[in-house]
This record gives sequence, C-alpha cells and structure tokens, in this order.
Amino acid sequence: MTDLAEPTRTPSVGQPLHRKEDARLVTGQTRWTDNLTAPGTLHMAVLRSPMAHAGITRVDTAPALDQPGVIAAFSGADLADELGSLPCAWPVTADMVHPDHPPLAVAEVRYVGDAVAVVVARDRYTAADALEHIVADYEPLPAVVDMEAALADEVLVHAGKGTNTCFVWPFAGGDIDAAFDGADVVVERRFVQQRLIPTAIEPRAVLVEPVAAAGEYTVYSATQIPHILRLMLALTTGISEGKLRVVAPDVGGGFGSKLNVYAEEVIALVLAKRLGRPIKWTESRSEGYQATIHGRDQIQDVAIAAHADGRIRGLRVDLKADMGAYLQLVTPGVPILGAFMFPAIYKMDAYDFRCTGVFTTKTPTDAYRGAGRPEATFAIERLMDELAVELGVDPMELRRRNWITHEEFPYTTVAGLTYDSGNYEAATDKAMAMFDYDGLRREQAERRERNDRVQLGIGISTYTEMCGLAPSRVLGSLSYGAGGWEAATVRVTPTGKIEVVTGTSPHGQGHVTCWSQIAADALGVAFEDVEVLHGDTQVSPMGMDTYGSRSLVVGGVAVQQAAEKVIEKAKRFAAHLLEASEDDIDFSDGTFTVRGSPEATTTIQDVALAVFAAHDYPEGLEPDLTSDVVFDPENFSFPHGTHLCAIEVDTETGRSVIRSYVCVDDVGRVINPQIVEGQVHGGIAQGIAQALYEEAVYDDAGNLVTGTLVDYFVPGAPDLPSFTTGRTETPATSNALGVKGVGEAGTIASTPAVVNAVLDALRHLGVTDIAMPCSPERVWRALHDAREGATQASGTVASRPPHPEYGESPPQAPAIATQADLSGLDEGGQQ
Amino acid sequence: MPTISVKIDGTTYRDDVEARLLFVHYLRDRLGLTGTNIGCDTSNCGACTVLVDGHSAKSCTMLAVQADGCEVQTIEGLARGWAGASEPEGGQQDGWHPLQTAFHTEHGLQCGYCTPGMIMASVDLLADNPDPSEDEIRHGLEGNLCRCTGYHNIVKAVHAAATQMKAGA
Ligand code: FES
Ligand code: FES
Repeated sequence: MTDLAEPTRTPSVGQPLHRKEDARLVTGQTRWTDNLTAPGTLHMAVLRSPMAHAGITRVDTAPALDQPGVIAAFSGADLADELGSLPCAWPVTADMVHPDHPPLAVAEVRYVGDAVAVVVARDRYTAADALEHIVADYEPLPAVVDMEAALADEVLVHAGKGTNTCFVWPFAGGDIDAAFDGADVVVERRFVQQRLIPTAIEPRAVLVEPVAAAGEYTVYSATQIPHILRLMLALTTGISEGKLRVVAPDVGGGFGSKLNVYAEEVIALVLAKRLGRPIKWTESRSEGYQATIHGRDQIQDVAIAAHADGRIRGLRVDLKADMGAYLQLVTPGVPILGAFMFPAIYKMDAYDFRCTGVFTTKTPTDAYRGAGRPEATFAIERLMDELAVELGVDPMELRRRNWITHEEFPYTTVAGLTYDSGNYEAATDKAMAMFDYDGLRREQAERRERNDRVQLGIGISTYTEMCGLAPSRVLGSLSYGAGGWEAATVRVTPTGKIEVVTGTSPHGQGHVTCWSQIAADALGVAFEDVEVLHGDTQVSPMGMDTYGSRSLVVGGVAVQQAAEKVIEKAKRFAAHLLEASEDDIDFSDGTFTVRGSPEATTTIQDVALAVFAAHDYPEGLEPDLTSDVVFDPENFSFPHGTHLCAIEVDTETGRSVIRSYVCVDDVGRVINPQIVEGQVHGGIAQGIAQALYEEAVYDDAGNLVTGTLVDYFVPGAPDLPSFTTGRTETPATSNALGVKGVGEAGTIASTPAVVNAVLDALRHLGVTDIAMPCSPERVWRALHDAREGATQASGTVASRPPHPEYGESPPQAPAIATQADLSGLDEGGQQ
Repeated sequence: MPTISVKIDGTTYRDDVEARLLFVHYLRDRLGLTGTNIGCDTSNCGACTVLVDGHSAKSCTMLAVQADGCEVQTIEGLARGWAGASEPEGGQQDGWHPLQTAFHTEHGLQCGYCTPGMIMASVDLLADNPDPSEDEIRHGLEGNLCRCTGYHNIVKAVHAAATQMKAGA
C-alpha cells in the first residue's frame, strides 16, 4: 500500500510532448553537412552536361589545373575504373534493362545535369570558377523527352540496349475480362502525374574525411540512409564496410530525395582516397534541380467497370512510368509499390495492372514522398468521382457502397494485401461532420443557381496506404535487394539513464522524442532520462534507415521490443538482488517487486548500478543491461482517412483558393499527437502543391525549363490554408504498439481531394478534367475550351489544357463508355 | 581587397574580403556562424534571413562589403538575447526569444532547416506589426519557404509569440 504514496510517473505515450530535437534547431547550433569542415578540406565542383543527349568528344581539364588554388581536375575517363556504376537495388523483373550508370559520364551524356568532370580546389569559389576552364566538346544526339515517343524506340537513350523500355511488370487478381464484359458502366480515363522536384530545403551535401594511410573514410552526407549508403559505397568502391563510417548529421528534410546513392557521394569518396585530403561538395539549388532525383512522372490509363448500382466489378491500370535517363537506387520499384494501392479501400472482383518503365533523356526519377502510392490513390480517387458523375450518385455515397466495412477486417484485397484493421465509416462520418458537408453542398447549389463568378467545389479522398516498409520476405518476393527490418538497442547506463540506439535516420520526423516516449513508458523512467542515438554507422551499425513511413512502425516497435527484453534481463538480476525466485518478480513503472513481500523492491536504476559493479550476480548471466532487437514486421500497416476540400474557383481568372480543408486520419495508436499533426500538415501541403502549383517542365530539347526555385513553384505560406485535422484510432494488429505510420498519408490523400474539388466546382460548366497542376491558366483554359466546345455542340468536351510535355495536342481523355441503360439508378433523383 | 567592419551578434569583426563574397558565405565560411543557412541560389527560400540594422535581409542576396558598418543579428545572437544594448523584450528565462520558444512549443519546425530564417523574418514581422492576423503572418513570411510543416504551425507559433510578447511588453 505504500506504493500509492509514491509519486507516479506520468505516462508519455499519447502526450503532445515538445520535441527534444528543437533546442539546437531554434538556436542555430546545428550540424548540417555543409556546416562541417575538416582540416585541409578541399572543395569539389562538378561540371555538368548542358545537353540532354550527346556524345562526349573531348574533356580537357588541363586549363582548369592552371588556375591558382585548383588542386586537381578529372574527367569521367580519368576515374572510370575507380568510380564503377551507381547502384539500383530494385531489379523489378529478371529481364529488366539495367544500363551502367557511371557517376561521371565517360562516352555519352543522357540528361541535362549529367556529371562530366570534377575539379577540386582550396575554396568553393575557386572550384566553381575553375569549371569554366574545363573544355568539354559534345556531339549532339537527339533528346527524347516524352514517354510515348520514347516507347517508339526511334531515339534510344541507351543505344547499346536497343530499347527504351526498361521493364514491363504485369500483375493481376481475379478475372478481369469477366468483370468488364457485360458491366453496366465502364469509365476510362487518362491521368498524367506530372514530374515533381522534391525540394528539401537543405540542399544535398557530402564531406569525406580520409585517414589515407589506414584506408579509413568517414563520409558525412545529407542522406536519409546512412546504413544503406555505407553498404552501397562498400559495394561500389571495394572499400570494406569496417573502414567506412557514414554519418548523417542534422539532415534538413528529404522526402525521398535523400533516399539514394548519388554520384557526388561516390566521387567525393574516390577523390578523398586518391588525394588523401577531405573532400567537400554542396549542391546549389539549381544544380540540385538537375542532379537530385525527381518524383512522379507517370501516364495512367485507367478503366473501372461497375454495376448499375455503383458496385465496382473491376479495375484496369496501364501505367507508363518515366525512369529518366538512368536507374537510381529504387527507381523501378516506385511504380510497383503503387501497383498494390490502386484498388485502395474498395471491394472489387478483378484487377489488372501493367506497368511499363521507360527511359527518357531527363533527370532520373525515384521515391518522392509516397512513392507510387500517391499516384495510385490519385487515379482511383479521381476515377471514383468520374464514376459517381456518370452514375449521378453523390461521390461519397458511391464510396460507401464500395468500401470495406469495419466488420470485414481483416480483409484481403483484390491486389492480395491483407488489411488488418480500419474503420472507414467512422473516419468519414467524423470528417463530414467537421466539414459541414451538407451545408457546403447547399451553398454550392446556390452558387450554381445564381451563376456566381466564384464557384464552390467539394473534393473527397478516402484513401488508405500501405506503410511500414516492409516485411523482408515480401520485399524479397518483389525482387528488392534488401530486407525491411529495423534494429534497436536499449541500454541502461550505470547512472540509471537510458540509451536507445536506433537504425532509423530521422531528418525532421521527431524520432528522438517519440522513441524517448516509447522507451520511457516501457521502462518506467522519465522521458528526460532517455537519450536516442542515431545516424552514425559507428554508433548504430545496424539499420535500414528512414523512408516509406516505416520508422515508427518498424523502428519504433523495435525500440519497444528491445526495452521489454531489457526488463526481462533485469528481472533475473532483480530476483538475485532481492533473493527471490524470478517467477515471483513483477515489474511495473520502473520498479521490481516480489509477489507476496511488498517491502522487497528495487528499481531499474538500482539494478543497473549493481549490474555495472558486477560484484554479485547470478551464474550464467553476463553483467550488462543491454538488449538488441532486429524487428521484421509480419505485414504492412494500413493507415487510412477521409480528406475533404472545399475550394473556391474564380471562373474569370481561373484562380483556385482553398476555403477549408478537413481531414480525419486513422494512423493507429498515436505516440505524440503534436508530431502526428505536423506530419499530416506537411504531407497535405506537398499534395496540394502537386494539385495546384508544382511541375517540372522540360522543353523538346530536354532542357529543364523549371530549373531554379524562381521557375518551380514551391508554395509559400500565403499559398496554403490552415488545416482542420482530426483522428480516429483503430490500432494496427500487426505490431504490439498498434501504430501505423503517418509520414506520407497527407501527401497521398490531398492531391485527389483538391483536384476533385476543382473539377466539382466546374463540372456543371462542362469541364471534365484538368491536368495537374490546376494553375489559374489551366483552369481558365479548361473553362474556355468547355465553353467553345459547348458552342460547337460537338458533344465531346476536350478540357485538357496544353501540357508542357505534349504541347497543344495533349492525349485526349477517352470518352466514357456507357454500356447500359442507367435509368432508375439511385436516390440521385433520376427515377 | 576591401576591408569591412561589421558588428554581428554583439561582436565587431574586421576583415579583408573579396568584393564578390556573399555575406552569407562570409558568415558561414569565414566566421563559422553556421546558424544561418543556405537553401537556394535565387533569393527565393529565405533560409539565409538575418537582421541587418534591425530589418530582415536575405544574406545570400547581399555582398559582404555591403554589410560594412552594419549591425547584424543572426539566429545565434537571438538565442543570446538582442545584439543591442538592452535585454530582449519578453525574453524567456532560458534566454530564448519568444519566437524561439513558440516555434518549439507550437511544433513550428520539423527538419529545422528553414527555421533560423523563418524566425528572423518573424522577428522583423512582429516588430512592424505586433498583432498580426493569420493573413498578415502568411503574407509577411512569403519570402521564406518551408517544405516540412505546411506553414500551419509556423503561423500558430508566430501568433503565440506575438501574444507572449504583448503580455511581456
Ligand atoms: S539562400 Fe538566401 S534566399 Fe535562399
Ligand atoms: S522545418 Fe524543414 S523546411 Fe521548414
């Protein structure tokens, strides 16, 4: 009973605790890679191809070497043997075309920005100046920018390969022909996922510090993946892992763009080895726009077949995915991740998917926040709205008729994933109430009625995603080159503090805070008494790093398990110290007690000190309170939610302004609600950016027209609204913490919600589609074309504005095929 | 080479600088004041924002020679109190400016790379307008890009700091 009088520790999981990470970030005491320097550091600059495609006829670095302050300069040919080829870890098919990817081009350049030569100088200004003294001559070759043109194989990106088709990856579930034959309704559409530039605000940077005599190298890099980078650098350069230390210091955002092994990382390592001096490189933003991966860039030809009552029969997806000029780390795998998500939360009989990877003379694509899943979610959520229009049903009602109901979990989808838990009804009901769905629909009707210049649109997205990448055997079955486990170590120090070592590599997500919360509660210690160490392969040698909304679901669960293992270990020491049987020891809130003798207690801190002293401990035990765990999840996790967007579209200027944005996300159990909300906000912002603002544009010659932050529209504070966020909580059943992951959810959900809203505002004016981003110009053109179309009474509405990649004759959205009499459908009032 | 004399976070520095040296490189590479970041090469992102004679300025858009004779405050000086003679108004016990505290408590940062510039721009914003509306905050920060937060909590943080500073004034 004495226990009751003792102060109780406040549980920290579930509390919006302020972040431990912030102190140095708000005071400027940071360690970004570009802040670091070592004695004798030399600065590297990279000469890049100004042409999209050309043979290299001459690279002469000698004039650069004559410049004062220049230490060395090399062409691709000079370093070819040492540089090797950049890795791609995801050969999605056995016959995938996998061209060599030299970090410095040797014979041919294949995109604007392809690296051609490097200089090393005593300071960054001298290095940049010296680039102008390198003579590089090119024999121009034709560019191929458009994926469909590339598929004709008239211009080959890699002539030796004989084709621009990288792979064809088919996937099917159910009898698709049966689903489409005799369907009451079939809706076909083409959607274009424009190319995006991730734009983490910290540019990429790398510093390699050698101990040349010992053959040891420390690589500091602005990377999301220090562990994978170390492995890949070892494989590429032949330096053993034990002599390579990779550190991800403070990293300023990634969004997938730092989930890679880049040319400059390999070149800097090779030069540090050659020159025996520290080598540093930091990209400029404009350089990064060419040399850091891009995202999205898909053409989606999709068709949905449904019964007259709206129930879905089948879904067909024919995807073309732009690889760019080369395969980066997971380039081919990105659209394949999406393959599983097109059926989303809906029940259907059959699904047919086919993805063609295509080479073009553009910057390589790779994972960008969501990686395949935003693209898939966009297609299905846009298609659901189109189907609703076709059937004359409210789009939410159509979704209700098709989604998996909460009683049906676990549910195996037509794509073969088993969704463990969820409650789409609950999230939707809550979101609809917060949004005032019915009120907004009334206002919309009024504005239409009075032909208001500003029309109101309501957009819906009821998404799910697969995250927590990933069960290793599933990755294996998809031919990915590694597993998806995560490592954690939990250690109780002699002073009774906790050290957590994690294999995740945070760059803004708040792992230090959240892992502290998990460990504090598991061990019954104060949140402040936990330190989390990460991002340095010498400190945390095991790890699979941070991407794919995996860190909490895999890495956080590993921390929890390691803490539990520490308690199990400590119990045996406690039993010895308390002279009791281990079976009689209970542990609660940091204290070990002996069942039946309330006075016999000891704390985990006391046990830690006794274990450290090791004067008296049981036979057969080793004196330490450390536990390691490698956790390999048994399944993905499936967060879901309902996002609702109300948008006002000015029909004269084409300008869209988001009036309200409401989302209810179910990300399972929440460790820190403030951090979860922050992830949702940032995710929504990036999804809105795709819907309304951003697009990487290439001209026909393969020049990146949006090559600077002046031309590429990253939204600022005035371009975005505040968000109303809510949550429902259906714990994941696939991990002991019940967590699902949240890093990508907002991005996945928001793009279709916004575009659906824009179209909903304009549908009655004859607009049926607008290619993203729905800029004022495109909206205006769509309205203009719709009016023209109406006056020409052609019956088809060609509302797609000119697309930068397709010019004035964009691919037409196929007409809706209606195969049955739709009369008498629903409560939409057609009866 | 021109010689400049510039007072930064309370310390006066005299240096010979190349005429073309950007002020942000002077701060970072010459003085090791790496609290101020660089996020672009086109004056768009605001990561490099500092106060020059009390007004926010993008230090990537200035030459070091243009700072000659100026009084400059960076995020590092803000943490230690105002660079000028007086103590920070509404300053926190731990020496943080109310904006630093508010960005922390309102979760106005994730990766934190934009944060020094965002906070310095907000200092200027609140000096001009101690009681800004949401719209005024959003427009006041339009020269500063954040890729992580969607700005929602940045706006909240500036609001919270404004309230705190008024209470402390
Ligand atoms: S670095 Fe100065 S505005 Fe971007
Ligand atoms: S917090 Fe990462 S860019 Fe703003």
